[in-house]
Amino acid sequence: MEMINIKIDNKNVQVPKGTSILDAAKSIGIKIPTLCYMNLHDLNTEHKPTGCRICVVEVAGRKNLVPACATECTSGMEIKNQTMRVLNARKTVMELILSDHPAECLICPKNGTCDLQSMAQEMGIRHYHYKGEQSTYIKDRSIAIKRDMDKCIGCKRCLTMCNDVQTVGALSSINRGFMSVVAPAFQMDLSESVCTYCGQCVAVCPTAALTEIDHTSNVIRMLADPTKTVVVQTAPAVRAALGEEFGYEAGTLVTGKMVAALKDLGFDYVFDTDFAADLTIMEEGTELLDRLSRHLKGDETVKLPILTSCCPAWVSFFEHHFPDMKDIPSTARSPQQMFGSIAKTYYAEKIGIKREDMIVVSIMPCLAKKYERDRDEFKTDGNPDVDYVLSTRELAKLIKQASINFEELPNMDFDKPMGESSGAGVIFGTTGGVIEAAVRTAYEIFTGQSLHKVDFEQLRGMDWVREAIVDFNGTPIKIGIAHGLGNARKLLNEIREGKSQYDAIEIMACPGGCIGGGGQPLHHGDTNILKARQKALYSEDKNKTIRKSHENPYIINLYKEFLGKPMSRKAHELLHTQYFDKSNPVDIVKD
Amino acid sequence: MMTICESNVAKIKAICEEFNNDKGELINVLHKTQHTFGYLPEEVQEVVAQNLNTSLAHVYGVVSFYSFFTMTPKGEHPINICMGTACYVRGAEKVLDEFKKLLNIKVGETTKDEKFSLSSLRCVGACGLAPVVLVGDKVYGRVTLDGVQEILDEYK
Amino acid sequence: MNTHKKRNILICQGSTCHQVAKENLIDAFKSKLKEYQLDEDVKVVQSVCFNKCTVGPNIIIHPDNVEYSTVTSDDIDEIIMLHLLNDKIVERLVYNQVYENSGSDKKQYRIALRNCGFIDPEVIVDYIEKNGYAALGKCLTEYTPQQVIDEIKASGLRGRGGGGFSTGLKWEITSKSEADQKYVVCNADEGDPGAFMDRSVLEGDPHSVIEAMAICGYAIGATKGIVYIRAEYPLAIKRLQIALKQAKEYGLLGRDILGTGFEFDISIKYGAGAFVCGEETALIHSMEGLRGEPTLKPPFPSVSGYLGKPTNVNNVETFANIPAIINRGSKWFASIGTEKSKGTKVFALAGKVNNVGLVEVPMGTTLREVIYDIGGGIKDGKKFKAVQTGGPSGGCLTEKHLDLPIDFDTLMAAGSMMGSGGMIIMDEDDCMVSMARFYLEFTVEESCGKCAPCRIGNKRLHEMLIKICDDKGSEEDLMLLKNLSTVVKDTSLCGLGQTSPNPILSTMENFYDEYLAHVKDHKCPAGQCKSFQRYYISEQNCIGCMVCARNCPVNAISGEKKEVHIINQETCIKCGVCMEKCKFDAIYLN
Repeated sequence: MEMINIKIDNKNVQVPKGTSILDAAKSIGIKIPTLCYMNLHDLNTEHKPTGCRICVVEVAGRKNLVPACATECTSGMEIKNQTMRVLNARKTVMELILSDHPAECLICPKNGTCDLQSMAQEMGIRHYHYKGEQSTYIKDRSIAIKRDMDKCIGCKRCLTMCNDVQTVGALSSINRGFMSVVAPAFQMDLSESVCTYCGQCVAVCPTAALTEIDHTSNVIRMLADPTKTVVVQTAPAVRAALGEEFGYEAGTLVTGKMVAALKDLGFDYVFDTDFAADLTIMEEGTELLDRLSRHLKGDETVKLPILTSCCPAWVSFFEHHFPDMKDIPSTARSPQQMFGSIAKTYYAEKIGIKREDMIVVSIMPCLAKKYERDRDEFKTDGNPDVDYVLSTRELAKLIKQASINFEELPNMDFDKPMGESSGAGVIFGTTGGVIEAAVRTAYEIFTGQSLHKVDFEQLRGMDWVREAIVDFNGTPIKIGIAHGLGNARKLLNEIREGKSQYDAIEIMACPGGCIGGGGQPLHHGDTNILKARQKALYSEDKNKTIRKSHENPYIINLYKEFLGKPMSRKAHELLHTQYFDKSNPVDIVKD
Repeated sequence: MMTICESNVAKIKAICEEFNNDKGELINVLHKTQHTFGYLPEEVQEVVAQNLNTSLAHVYGVVSFYSFFTMTPKGEHPINICMGTACYVRGAEKVLDEFKKLLNIKVGETTKDEKFSLSSLRCVGACGLAPVVLVGDKVYGRVTLDGVQEILDEYK
Repeated sequence: MNTHKKRNILICQGSTCHQVAKENLIDAFKSKLKEYQLDEDVKVVQSVCFNKCTVGPNIIIHPDNVEYSTVTSDDIDEIIMLHLLNDKIVERLVYNQVYENSGSDKKQYRIALRNCGFIDPEVIVDYIEKNGYAALGKCLTEYTPQQVIDEIKASGLRGRGGGGFSTGLKWEITSKSEADQKYVVCNADEGDPGAFMDRSVLEGDPHSVIEAMAICGYAIGATKGIVYIRAEYPLAIKRLQIALKQAKEYGLLGRDILGTGFEFDISIKYGAGAFVCGEETALIHSMEGLRGEPTLKPPFPSVSGYLGKPTNVNNVETFANIPAIINRGSKWFASIGTEKSKGTKVFALAGKVNNVGLVEVPMGTTLREVIYDIGGGIKDGKKFKAVQTGGPSGGCLTEKHLDLPIDFDTLMAAGSMMGSGGMIIMDEDDCMVSMARFYLEFTVEESCGKCAPCRIGNKRLHEMLIKICDDKGSEEDLMLLKNLSTVVKDTSLCGLGQTSPNPILSTMENFYDEYLAHVKDHKCPAGQCKSFQRYYISEQNCIGCMVCARNCPVNAISGEKKEVHIINQETCIKCGVCMEKCKFDAIYLN
């Protein structure tokens, strides 16, 4: 690699050719402030629109200041980061940005976690010298995401996520000049757009322009209502990230404390979505085996690959963009919905209460789950299987509001029966996890032999698209994995063009899977945090005594007492679903 | 839900095909589409997006960026006031204010009877006639404040 | 049949004359000439702006070089009878006021506009007769691509779109970028308010641009050219389309041009009303069907441009110079102009000057020569105050700058810039703060909104200027105005924001007293800012008819019948209705 010499603030630095000024400065411990810049290093996504102009530095021989994030070092370059000119420019630009931002930090949902706020703090802004008109836009309160574009600073990170990473295309820059902003077409609500609610825009938004719809107060009201039995389920990825909100290092598992906190909050039954994940494997795995064996027998009506369907953003994505392929994904509902459906039938019956008196709350790393629970097919006479969904962040807020000292909490166990799960259910929370869980079960059922080694290392990792061949005792099963909807699109295009040779594909909408979900504690672009969460889930899996879904005794019992067998009629009614064509919002009428 | 009639869908489809359904030609497509329909309503943009295989948000992002594109139908007599520097120096702003006052609409709006719409534009290259007003294709030069009513009267 | 002297009648089709003409003079002349059986000898040519827009429609009869103004179809018989048949000048139509004695033609020197007005732009043969496409032939047969680049470099030609970057150097960088496909782009998205020189070239001499683009393609190794043109220029578009079709028919575009094996073709893309698209990277995004938002340079388009391929972008006027340079040699071109700015520059002269229109002068001509000798001085005998060059990116220069030789560097050093060539003359009635406000209003409207300093900074600058013009400013505002102007210039992403504060900085530099008068003395010295105006009622003239009081929309006028009325200055909104309605001239402004 060619090395070049440059000078930053009179210090000599040697960096590889092509290094940005920002990275060169970082290499010698100089931190140049940035605002719009975002580097998702392990996900090959670098966002540097050079729009905020906060990272400007002086370069000898250049007429104007240059942005450090996107300017490459050239040999002999002399850079100054600390001159009056630079500091005054940064501060003035910062004041400009603040002059077009509502000064309501104290009552803002992002108070304390806002990048703009901390930047103002770091720069020591004490005055608004440049007051003037502020831009205001139509507010959008969709079922999952709240858009308050008055707080947008134009960093456009959300655009990179929505259009480049996820290829959803719900958002664009609109208008021009002072009124330019990011919005769906015609500033329509997200619910009318092609948005999948993956929440990745929310996850990277530096301010409160994009936040989740907050359901904490609804949940508090239900907890306070003596006529309601409130049941809670927690998704696997939550336990690997919740601790971050309480100062724990990323990747610290806080399962026991989380359960204790939920009990303290007053939930009547604290269950685990992992239980429903095991149930999902039973249904989805059986469906896979059914399709596979029919395919192997030469049945041409059977379609392969089978695609996982537990991610609601992904479901929404193919309904909008690939409606012609809506019969390929598994018809199995997601674990959240399987849980809700079983809780309000089997379990309500078991504890002798009416469906209407049971409230099911989910704690999810995800914003799309808020949308999923609202889908009509998951309601019985208008009563939804899942009543409220809280994100990991909202749960943390609820715990703090209740003055619960999280660190001091004991470790407690989930309630039974719907709190018991296998290790397979736990790894649902990471990319590659669902398919690994499915393989563990499908292998044993298909081959009739038991697995000696349940860890399928070839399915793990962080690469955007992975593939592996698993030997089902002589039958090679070709598996594909993609996370990030943009990568899913690539795989789907291959299937559509008939180029795909996969038997089964796992897709998760969010980078890293649910551990990187839109409802998780903000990672501020640090992908090491995602890796730590992933590691935590694999370690919980390893420590479980039961590691295969079909060996979960409570699942076995559920089939025995209630469902019969996988894909039975009752299972179909309660645990499977159908998909819709949502591709055309225009009604074409005759002349 | 937006609605559009079949024949209009066919027209848009033909325009997109003329440009090989290439989304890189979006601006040329929008020009031709606006020329056909007079403006670019929501449903038209949606059909353009589908044919060019791009997102509706992107199409709208482009439409809302360029001042040439409009989503509101123009009046029967579109009035354009040149706000180029030469016209400005010679009082175009006052002329514009007079039009706003007499028509009781803002720039970019159309009167309720759909007779007039008002817009400003930058330099039509008739600086010698400043200030200049265009009604449709007709050019009025050296417009005075009193002249504004006279111009409107011509179209009453 | 008599043979008559061969003549050309040039009929100005500059936008002003074209629009002011009540009828189609070209057709009218043609049919009359036929009647007189003169159509063999006298040719009617549509021409470009003669710089006498105020008295249009104008015609010139060549080679006699007699100009007639305010010509209508009723005058045609007289012109034919007297002038064409009897060599007598129709005195009553001769425009001979200030202009005739100004010697304006002597000061002008036409390179870019060399053919405008002398050929029919819709007839390729006309262009070819004027040595057209000879330069392309010369390049293809006598020069290597590098020799073409060397020739352009040696000429010293600099980009006429505003930046003033060496054209030859730009070509060289693009030629050295390796790629399977390169592009030549002609920027015809002229958006400067008050500038229309590119339009005139495309309307009057489209082939010169086509020829130049082909030469550029040969030099840099590109086979594809694109003209990015404003959709608001329908006539220019039409002429360009005709010219492209003819060039293809003549084998001057397409495959195997002039039998040399060189391939080059040109297509058209339309702008859609965004000033920022004059910036190269924004223009390229617009051509790709995207929002016209600029991106950071480097990488420059010459390395990575349209569709990621090396792209050479020049503006219309720059291209129009190329064939002349190749034909007459770089030495000739370099002999015109100043040390660092060679050749000529076309300006669109407008504002408070007697002769408005297009002028082309050698670099180094002084502002005084342009304004007084060519422009015929200030209108209505008023006093010259300032000249604004470079449009929204430029600045206002004053009396003390009048003898500066115009070139890229002197204008820049004086706090303005060449820009694309708008030149607006202002007199004593023009308020410089209002002027700055006008330009900032433009920038605020045209900012793409991508970077914070331009998106918010220009808005705040504009608001501060409104405040000052509304008599609400303070001295502190002037300080903030200056700091913010400097920061916006220093930190903005592209040329638009990097130059948008120039109208403020240059007026603050040259007319600081005027700013101070607004904020300290609460006066607008030019009397233009409405908020500083006071309406008064003259005791002598007021008869107490009460009409003013009845018409005042805010009831600011009081007084009994048949007694002198008084205006309450606190309530008055300065709408002027009272003055309009008073039949006794009793209301006056301070």
